[in-house]
Amino acid sequence: MHEHIVKSYESELSLLDRKIGQMGGLAEQMLGEAFGALEQRNPERARAVVANDSSIDQLQRELEEQAVIMIARRQPMANDLRQIMAVLKVAGDLERIGDLSKNIGKRALAISGETHPKPLITGLRHMVELTSRGLKDVLDAFGARDAEKALRVWRDDEQVDALYNSLFRELLTYMMEDPRNIGLCTHLLFGAKNIERIGDHTTNIAETVHFLARGFAIADERPKGDKTSSTMIHKAD
Amino acid sequence: MDATAVSRADIAASAPVKVVARGVDVYYGDKHALKDVSVAIPERSIMAFIGPSGCGKSTFLRCLNRMNDTISICRVTGSIVIDGADIYDTAVDPVELRSRVGMVFQKANPFPKSIFENVAYGPRIHALAATKADLDAIVESSLRKASLWDEVKDRLHDSGTGLSGGQQQRLCIARTIAINPSIILMDEPCSALDPIATARIEELMEELKQNYTIIIVTHSMQQAARVSQRTAFFHLGTLVEEGDTTSMFTNPREQKTQDYITGRFG
Repeated sequence: MHEHIVKSYESELSLLDRKIGQMGGLAEQMLGEAFGALEQRNPERARAVVANDSSIDQLQRELEEQAVIMIARRQPMANDLRQIMAVLKVAGDLERIGDLSKNIGKRALAISGETHPKPLITGLRHMVELTSRGLKDVLDAFGARDAEKALRVWRDDEQVDALYNSLFRELLTYMMEDPRNIGLCTHLLFGAKNIERIGDHTTNIAETVHFLARGFAIADERPKGDKTSSTMIHKAD
Repeated sequence: MDATAVSRADIAASAPVKVVARGVDVYYGDKHALKDVSVAIPERSIMAFIGPSGCGKSTFLRCLNRMNDTISICRVTGSIVIDGADIYDTAVDPVELRSRVGMVFQKANPFPKSIFENVAYGPRIHALAATKADLDAIVESSLRKASLWDEVKDRLHDSGTGLSGGQQQRLCIARTIAINPSIILMDEPCSALDPIATARIEELMEELKQNYTIIIVTHSMQQAARVSQRTAFFHLGTLVEEGDTTSMFTNPREQKTQDYITGRFG
């Protein structure tokens, strides 16, 4: 790819990419820290995650402002236009990922005094690992304009959904076994839902990367695995 | 073939074609100015030719009404078919051709005559009006079509050269329309105009495309993106890419096109 004749335009475009990189790094870090706080029942770490969210929000505002100015001043075309549209969308998704991680942090704070059943935490950890890997890969794909890599992330989200389904059933079972678990399990359930939503935002980013790199949307229907909206568990009599 | 390629092909196939150029080469003496250009131009639409200076876009535009015939060292080969007939056929009268394929230039060039006479000149020499009333009617309707009537109706006998730049350009468009062409060629019609006058011409083009096939050469990518339905990108005498304007400016097929429209030529 050749550079722009106007160098300031080139540097504005690379600044957009760098800001996405920063936001992405923060989002990854928040997700990891939020789960770390939850797993270790560490209220300090949880508070730090909650506080961190404002930096992602700030970056998103800066990025939106810069994109609007660039549209007005540069009248971007072709891949430049797609880049500006893409960073706006990706920034929105990353901001939401930050919010959801913050939410996990808040729940970590709420249940930091309770003992967590080990299998449940293990399930959550798997979800976080898969989601973090997806997020990292999709951010790499964004940086490299790698549509193939983005497509792989997009398809792999099904695994996160599958884990969420089984965790959902498991948590319901725990709650039925002993109503004293309900408080803890509800927080863990919402935490799992937050992680599942982070996976969905990651697939949104994958779709945007595909559009950015190839110039058109992904044509397939994404394999969707989240079936919890229709899941019921009946108490065995 | 991907989805965009399919939709492009559909658009190209659906509209009736007004002009078909096949294997057009142009030489100015030894200089090979245009190389093997083939393109189909749909009727009642606006097609934009873009490309850096010297890329051949104006040369190709001037082939479409044989304006290049006026340059003695210029030689054109290949075929250009308008409404089913080859315009380079020896039987074709270039003067008659140019009445069907009108032209508007970069610099507004009204005759040093009254506004009325500027528009009446063509219909008079082509004997399009039988009576004075007919001629008045042609002048009025041409000026109306060129969105100039309301501004000049009370001073039709003032000199055309006394109008503002944008008004002069619309007067030239009225003069072109007066002899009832079906194609209007525009060579950088707005490059000497301010943004308001440019917007008026663009609005006018939008209206005119209901009845005319318009082909515009422009250095302003934004103008091409704003007004045209199809865009052709020329570079070093070849037609690099031609397609619907929307795809061209959001997702061009050729790297060269992308480099040019994004300002990365290098």
